[in-house]
Amino acid sequence: MSASAVEVRDLRVELVGRDADIVDEISLEIRPGEVLGLVGESGSGKTTVGMALLGHVRRGGRVGAGAVLIDGRDLAQLDDAGLRGLRGGTVAYIPQDPGTSLNPALRLRLQLREMLDAHLGSQSEADRDARLRESLEEVALPSDDGFLARYPHQLSGGQQQRVAIAMAFACRPNVIVCDEPTTGLDVTTQARVLETVRDLCRSHNVAALYVSHDLAVVAELADRVAVMYAGRIVEAGTRDQLFYAARHPYTRRLLRAVPDLQGKRAVVGIPGFAPLPGKRPEWCFFEPRCPLATDVCRSAFPPAFEFEPDHRARCYHADEAPREVPVEGATAVRVEHEPELALAIRGLDAHYGARATLFGIDLEVHRHECLALVGESGSGKTTLARCVAGLHKDYTGSVCLGDDVLPPAARSRSDGARKQIQYVFQNPYASLNPRRTVGQTVARQLELFFPGHRDMGERVAECLERVALSASAAAAYPDELSGGERQRVAIARALAAEPAVMVCDEITSALDVSVQAAIIDLLRELRTSMGLSLLFITHNLALIRTIADRVAVMTEGRIVELGPTAQVLERPNAPYTQQLLANTPSIAAAG
Amino acid sequence: MRKLIWRRLALGLLTLWLISLIVFAAVLALPGDAATAILGREATPDRVAALRDQLNLNDSVISQYLQWIGGVLTGSFGESAATQQPVSELLSERVGNSLFLVLVASAVAIPLSIALGVWMAMRRDRAVDHVASTTTLVLAALPEFVIGIGLVLLFATSVFHWFPAVSLLAPGQRAWEVPDVVVLPAATLVLAVTPYISRIMRGSTIEVLESEYVTMARLKGLSERTVIWRHAVPNAIVPAIQVAALQLAWMAGGIVVVEFVFSYPGIGAALVDAVANQDMPVVQTVTMLAAGVYVLMNLIADLATILVTPKLRTAAR
Amino acid sequence: MSDHMIDTAVDLGLEAAVEPVGPGAILQRRPWLGILRNALRLARTKIGVAIVALIVAIALFGPLVAPHSPTEFIAAPNSGPSADALFGADALGRDVFSRFLNGGLSVLWMAAAATLIGVVSGVGIGLVAAYSRGWLDDVLMRGSDVVLAFPQIILALLAVSALGPKLWLIVIVVAVGHIPRVARVMRGAAQEVVERDFIKAAEAVGEKRSRIVFGELLPNVTSPLLVELGLRMTYSIALVAAVSFLGFGIQPPASDWGLMIYENRLSISVQVWSVLLPILAIGLLTVGTNLITDGIARAAIGIDRRSTR
Repeated sequence: MSASAVEVRDLRVELVGRDADIVDEISLEIRPGEVLGLVGESGSGKTTVGMALLGHVRRGGRVGAGAVLIDGRDLAQLDDAGLRGLRGGTVAYIPQDPGTSLNPALRLRLQLREMLDAHLGSQSEADRDARLRESLEEVALPSDDGFLARYPHQLSGGQQQRVAIAMAFACRPNVIVCDEPTTGLDVTTQARVLETVRDLCRSHNVAALYVSHDLAVVAELADRVAVMYAGRIVEAGTRDQLFYAARHPYTRRLLRAVPDLQGKRAVVGIPGFAPLPGKRPEWCFFEPRCPLATDVCRSAFPPAFEFEPDHRARCYHADEAPREVPVEGATAVRVEHEPELALAIRGLDAHYGARATLFGIDLEVHRHECLALVGESGSGKTTLARCVAGLHKDYTGSVCLGDDVLPPAARSRSDGARKQIQYVFQNPYASLNPRRTVGQTVARQLELFFPGHRDMGERVAECLERVALSASAAAAYPDELSGGERQRVAIARALAAEPAVMVCDEITSALDVSVQAAIIDLLRELRTSMGLSLLFITHNLALIRTIADRVAVMTEGRIVELGPTAQVLERPNAPYTQQLLANTPSIAAAG
Repeated sequence: MRKLIWRRLALGLLTLWLISLIVFAAVLALPGDAATAILGREATPDRVAALRDQLNLNDSVISQYLQWIGGVLTGSFGESAATQQPVSELLSERVGNSLFLVLVASAVAIPLSIALGVWMAMRRDRAVDHVASTTTLVLAALPEFVIGIGLVLLFATSVFHWFPAVSLLAPGQRAWEVPDVVVLPAATLVLAVTPYISRIMRGSTIEVLESEYVTMARLKGLSERTVIWRHAVPNAIVPAIQVAALQLAWMAGGIVVVEFVFSYPGIGAALVDAVANQDMPVVQTVTMLAAGVYVLMNLIADLATILVTPKLRTAAR
Repeated sequence: MSDHMIDTAVDLGLEAAVEPVGPGAILQRRPWLGILRNALRLARTKIGVAIVALIVAIALFGPLVAPHSPTEFIAAPNSGPSADALFGADALGRDVFSRFLNGGLSVLWMAAAATLIGVVSGVGIGLVAAYSRGWLDDVLMRGSDVVLAFPQIILALLAVSALGPKLWLIVIVVAVGHIPRVARVMRGAAQEVVERDFIKAAEAVGEKRSRIVFGELLPNVTSPLLVELGLRMTYSIALVAAVSFLGFGIQPPASDWGLMIYENRLSISVQVWSVLLPILAIGLLTVGTNLITDGIARAAIGIDRRSTR
């Protein structure tokens, strides 16, 4: 009979001064040694729940109702000193971005030591020193004085995160809250960090809450999973139950939006978006986007129905979910691509000042083909894309459009060349001018490449409709749109020029999984309807299954493997590709 | 890091050299002849010619510049056109007085504004913060002669009579021997400078208190005191250092007006007299000094920032 | 903190940088209009506008309602208030009140002219420097550093000592002093924008450089621009008045607030009003412009925050 390490009862966190909840009716339990994965997209409130376990609410919010019990003690009953003792000592936190969570002005030794001094003050100095070294050894970091004298900026991202993990486990807490700790790390480092977290949780019998938007990672790590949507937990159960027998329509749609590395199913997005705090109705939040919605869904928020022991979902129609016909597994759309070349890159060597970054790149993109360029950060894929678009002119070798060799700088290229190659950037928040309306941005593009007499408003409306945006969006400023909508505008802008080649630079990395799936859908359609060739850059191996015909794998400025998607992903030749595949988490592999 | 420091030094020297060119060129803009201006009514053609010779005014411009800059570097700044006294003699006493004034003002202003800034940040949005913020806003707006005369009206002539309105010193007497005389001028400088530094400190402290690493420090269960003094302040103080240095540099110009208000015998007042008399050697010297102080303070600010920021201190490049 | 923030912050206080206008801030079609509109919703801006309006009214309409001519001798020097002279007579025996009412115009026009010239030039230089990033940036910034090394008042005095107390000279030299300061701030602000992808997108389609600088870059730096405008106005007023106060501005017998203080400062213990009135006017004017500037800064930060999310 093990008591829960963590018990949350009906927790409500609301905005100060407004009658709007950030999260509400949150109830969960974590037993010692168990990992609970808390899954949700941006705005779901999962970080708020994580922080609540430490008794912390971000500025502007406060706990409205409910209780959080750690080892049976109610956090609300603790005074300041008690709360301080709890944080770090009983419940520890592993932050999302160690780069900003470690103090840039203090040495590592101090940042680690102060934790021990604050919570293990009763132990002797020698004991605390020993514990310090032990914690670093546990995360496979050196524990010598030289390393401890370093500042955070002198460590790599992976090392910083391991320091954060060492800090969290140093005082042997009973509970750990991990807030998406592997975001921003490349796949190999991520795999190692996850392994470390898992091993430490097991060896010290720690109850862990793992907050993440990445379902594949959660599948590999968690024992039990809870899914959050717009501030509520909509489904909770064991890992197997959730991933193989999900009941809530949102969970099921979410699972279908996650790209499948094995390629057995296509991705499907979820149209619409989740309601923000203050705009949530009295009834089911998912109803506007739900294929199973009926009148009863609009009456009141569904209570939790229990399907199997420990498996609950808040949906009136959860019974019917299994009856939905699954979408047949098709991977990339097989568009017959012609042997004619849209783009050819030959012998490209690029530099940043004195530093060489690309070595001998030879690549061809056929007409109507989608070629994916895959690699981790620093592999040079973005540099290559920029060279193609004329944004990086420090290179030797040639980039050919059709038969013509293009000058390196975009400014030196002909209007025709600039029209034919269009670039879509990764960050939709930065690639649109915030002081121009959507309509003005698209119109400018049309003016540049198709100066003409037809009514501009009409032409802009056409461009927007092409990317499934209503014509009324033309009057909106970028900050009034969601991330997915902004990215559609960026695509519309590129397509307004009617290019032959579109370079997509990690265009979905900054978007939620469901939005990403919708954009991929859109790209597939546009490829056929507009006869585009795509150069698709990404670090996500699973994603390319959904859209690419061929794949080029890059590392350290070189292409190490090139071939049809299925072949490269199922029978890779290069050791680097094999390693990459082995380290990529996937839902199927976890089962 | 060393490379960075050498670069800054070199840039500083380059700036100083360019400044000297501008200061020298100002003389060339004088309408009429410098010699005629000096002799005034006693200007006969012979005497003008003789003086021109003596002042090397017949040499080429470049040669004149080199002679002047050579003099500056060796400590001889020429002779005052008004009194024929060597400029260095004229200014040496006054430099001491001005330096004293600036030091007193800085010694009070800098710790005061930093403490005030942190204090305001920690009481953010409360009534005291609003009052303090408005006060600093008002003080920051007022020109320094308005503050100075305001203080004179309040504490010297019309409301209270605690301090002298004019800084009278007997010849040979130094400012620190008669501290009463320094109080109001220094107070003016303090009131002129504190608003800026304290507002920066407040803003930067608030920004740091909202940072991820301070939140993390709180989530580690550290006492609030440790969080503020060990984690927040070392980061928050960096912009304040830069601003403090800039304000010290500003004081090089600020003392001109302040000394004039109080007739304080410093180089600022000397400059105003020199301008009124078109006494170019004095004007040039004081201007070079002021600009030199500015360049020096900027250099110190840059160096201090590098020393205090581990990222810059340990940069390999 | 970036350098540009320090520069703006030096002048304004970072407080504004972290306290945006509350919910309901609207993003207008013309961003600068939106900022001004939001600024006017704040109490401090309204107070600032009221104060400035009052002083400007005195400066503009004062000459029309002055009871005496500003150069007429009407009483004994430094005499106190009487029926004829509301605030008494100044050190030479002229009516203090009339001289005061006539004394604002020169300060205002000189400050406004210097601000306009300085800000427009500074913005141009700053934006061009930020976008060119190469040798042009270096040259412009070195040049700025040299001018920056002169405290503004000393620069003015240097010019006056060489060329005499000419009004147009003062306007130009004050403007020249503003240019590098404005350029520094605008360059810092523009540098943060230049790195953003939408600028690269414009380059990728071959937009002309001038179009990028004035069409894409400039609308995104309207916030620091408006703040600098307000700030430089405050400083211009202070500088112009200070130069007059030292005796190098508009010359007697003309009437000017700074000059009034210069002329009457030695008799301050006997006749307070001849110094107090102009001091109050100058002080209130600068406080008013600074309140407006602070309001603009807060409104601007609020809008910028929303548009970069």
